[in-house]
Amino acid sequence: MSFILFAEQVLNGLQFGVMLFLMSAGLTLVFGVMGLINLAHGSLFMIGAFAAAAVAGLTGSFVLALMAALAAAAAAGALVEVLVIRRLYDRDHLDQVLATFALILIFSEGTRWIFGSFPLFLNIPDYLSGPVTLPGGIQYPLYRLTLIGIGLAVAVGLFLLISRTRLGIQIRAGESDREMIAALGVDISKLYTIVFALGAALAGLAGALVGAIQSVQVGMGEPVLILAFVVIVIGGIGSIKGALIGSILVGLTDTLGGLFMPALFALFMDNSSAATAGSALASMLIYILMAVVLIVKPSGLFGARA
Amino acid sequence: MTRERKINAGLALALLAFPLWAYFANEPFMITLATKVAILALAGVGLNIALGQGGLVSLGHAAFFGIGGYAMGILASHAQTFDPIAEWPFLIEGTKSMPIIWIVAVLTSGLAALLIGALSLRTSGVYFIMITLAFGQMFYYFAISWPTYGGEDGLSIYVRNGFPGLNTLDPIQFFAITFVILMLAMGFAAMLAKSPFGLALNAARQSPQRVETVGMTPYRLRLVAFVISGMITGLAGALFADLNRFVSPTMFSWQTSGEIMVFIIIGGIGRLYGPLVGAALFIALEHILGGLSDYWHIYLGVLLLLIVLFARGGVIGSLAGRGHAHD
Amino acid sequence: MPMTDAVLATKGISKSFGALQASLDISIDLRPGEIHALIGPNGAGKSTLIQQIAGGMKPDAGQIFLNGQDITALGTAARAKRGLARTFQISALAMEDTVLQNAVLGALGAQGRPFQVFGTALGKADLRATAEQALDRVGLMDHAKTRTSELSHGQRRQLEVAVALTLNPKAFVMDEPMAGLGTRGSKRLTGFLDSLREQAPILLVEHDMDAVFTLADRISVLVYGQIIATGTVDDIRANADVRRAYLGDDT
Repeated sequence: MSFILFAEQVLNGLQFGVMLFLMSAGLTLVFGVMGLINLAHGSLFMIGAFAAAAVAGLTGSFVLALMAALAAAAAAGALVEVLVIRRLYDRDHLDQVLATFALILIFSEGTRWIFGSFPLFLNIPDYLSGPVTLPGGIQYPLYRLTLIGIGLAVAVGLFLLISRTRLGIQIRAGESDREMIAALGVDISKLYTIVFALGAALAGLAGALVGAIQSVQVGMGEPVLILAFVVIVIGGIGSIKGALIGSILVGLTDTLGGLFMPALFALFMDNSSAATAGSALASMLIYILMAVVLIVKPSGLFGARA
Repeated sequence: MTRERKINAGLALALLAFPLWAYFANEPFMITLATKVAILALAGVGLNIALGQGGLVSLGHAAFFGIGGYAMGILASHAQTFDPIAEWPFLIEGTKSMPIIWIVAVLTSGLAALLIGALSLRTSGVYFIMITLAFGQMFYYFAISWPTYGGEDGLSIYVRNGFPGLNTLDPIQFFAITFVILMLAMGFAAMLAKSPFGLALNAARQSPQRVETVGMTPYRLRLVAFVISGMITGLAGALFADLNRFVSPTMFSWQTSGEIMVFIIIGGIGRLYGPLVGAALFIALEHILGGLSDYWHIYLGVLLLLIVLFARGGVIGSLAGRGHAHD
Repeated sequence: MPMTDAVLATKGISKSFGALQASLDISIDLRPGEIHALIGPNGAGKSTLIQQIAGGMKPDAGQIFLNGQDITALGTAARAKRGLARTFQISALAMEDTVLQNAVLGALGAQGRPFQVFGTALGKADLRATAEQALDRVGLMDHAKTRTSELSHGQRRQLEVAVALTLNPKAFVMDEPMAGLGTRGSKRLTGFLDSLREQAPILLVEHDMDAVFTLADRISVLVYGQIIATGTVDDIRANADVRRAYLGDDT
């Protein structure tokens, strides 16, 4: 295996990881602040992708498409929070799971109704397409590199938001003591709507960005959602840092596993069975990673609460 | 007889009467629908032991449903090609015999439940939900990326497997098999709820602290419940595959897990007949609304949302009132 | 080694949470037939100590002995099996179940075979006999079929004690059993606990000083995680340190 191939795969893993981070950051924030498990977070990812594809189709502008994705997902998030999610904060997790499962059904079928069953396509804009040459002679697609950049920038932005701003202080306070911040005069229900919409916007952004390298279709959100759950279990619930490190771990494990596993099996098997067994096992690798973390540290790498 | 028991008896009779009517009215498709209801209800009965009695919100029961399905698919596909599954260390051949398939399905799904449960029960609450969901997804991807048994396309079995003394290809006879298994499983679930184990399990759901202070370990109680639960859902998976004569990774998908849970909730959580009511309503909605609109899942979603927000006892809860303590 | 005749003993147990020293080098013992009360102001570390004794929390240092055997490494369930019965300050009962079912649960735990799936729990004669005997002793037999959530606060306290009784315990650890009971309720419970010491000694954490002074053979006073005095009722009443620390009394 050449160094170039390896470096490329590391970058792919990193790109996959930062996109997962956009998903899991919102989820973990919503869980940390409101104590809510939201299965419909994948739908917000999908809404972002569809909004971007629709606006890109109308205007041809990728930047407008991204803004549309952010706006549509944030609006959908705020709407759902006010109409449904708000009633679930005091309910047990089972009710939250079921209600948000119902939301998935409604969002998925609603999207199918509006856009039809065929996938849409969102093109990478010309100025971001094509490869760039990195130090060491690695040819790497500029768009994917941009994704890594955007993901890391969002991560930095989130850390600053949480640690430096007034909203961040309220979020942190909300994680530790709900009654206290209410007593201090913070409008809790407004805070919750904002946090939920923020998480939704991040998911929508991820959907739009990923939508340009995959096809945009109904059901695209849930596999990502489940991976984001794996990320959160690994990183620890409620921890943004855990979400970031968990995301990158999962991204790298998945990408590099697909590369190394067949090669590893080829050491003691013939090539075609090695490819079969290797790729089958590679598909399980991140779950094995999750299992190992669970055995060693059941509350996740950075989780405070078990 | 309590009101709930009367409702239950009526439900069992209805499930029996509907396919009998269909039989005499020569509507074999309706018999197949009733069979589907019985099988999906069985999957729900399995999950309800973990969820209703143990309070374990497992979003990964598709794993057991799928393992049951693939147990059938693998055994039957080897039997139909006369190609042994393994020749070493000893010869294992495929089979077309339902009872053997069921035993294999129950044992393999029980083993999977033991492994998944042992890991995921180390946590609780929202972690448990996410972890079971993730493990279910693991099986889904594994089934897709393992080409030997059809990969993404799944496996077709040309002739339904056999049961001694019955013609399983006759819809009403196959329905009879599933009906009897469902009744046995519900009888078992009812017995379990009242047994010493059930008492301890139900107490562990309500107050794990209490169970510990009387010298029992909630983890072990839950693990046993999770394994029993997985076994019953696995058996349902084997029957479901036999009904369709087809098994595919879809059986492992997270939607399957969600739908099995939805049966329970529509019917009423922790209610013995909840899964049957839920599965029957689900199939009826699919059949009726599905005929009216391609997007019938929207209505299902709205219905589910309304039940969760406003009618928490489900259908049986609304009809029979609050459940009584088991005395 | 702790005193050999002690049923329950702690030897130098310590526990801290960050900078907060919740328990510091605590050694107390519980002798056959006695009621040993543990008192102290709020935040003195009583709950933390009870938790460590019952098994819900591991001490940072020190050991705990039950009948001379080191039980420090055991969890709550294993300690209960060896005869350590605990009641909670906030009732931890199966609220959807009946009173009888809660008592049978205790009997089932004591019997140690919870994995029986055949037969009904309430139909097992041995379990039921143990449970009914315990309910009878606390005077709850009339409410055997009542749903636990429908019991009054005082009745829940009685049920807590009944469940503890089904364990056929070697020692009781009771966390504020009088809390929230009216005067009449706590008088009745005081009389009952007085008769209970015959069966097994009681380590009693209690705020109700009337009850403590009536019942206790010995009292230990916990302040800022440390035992500042142990002695008879009269000893404690007379102890200057106790008056100062506990009663805020300078005289």
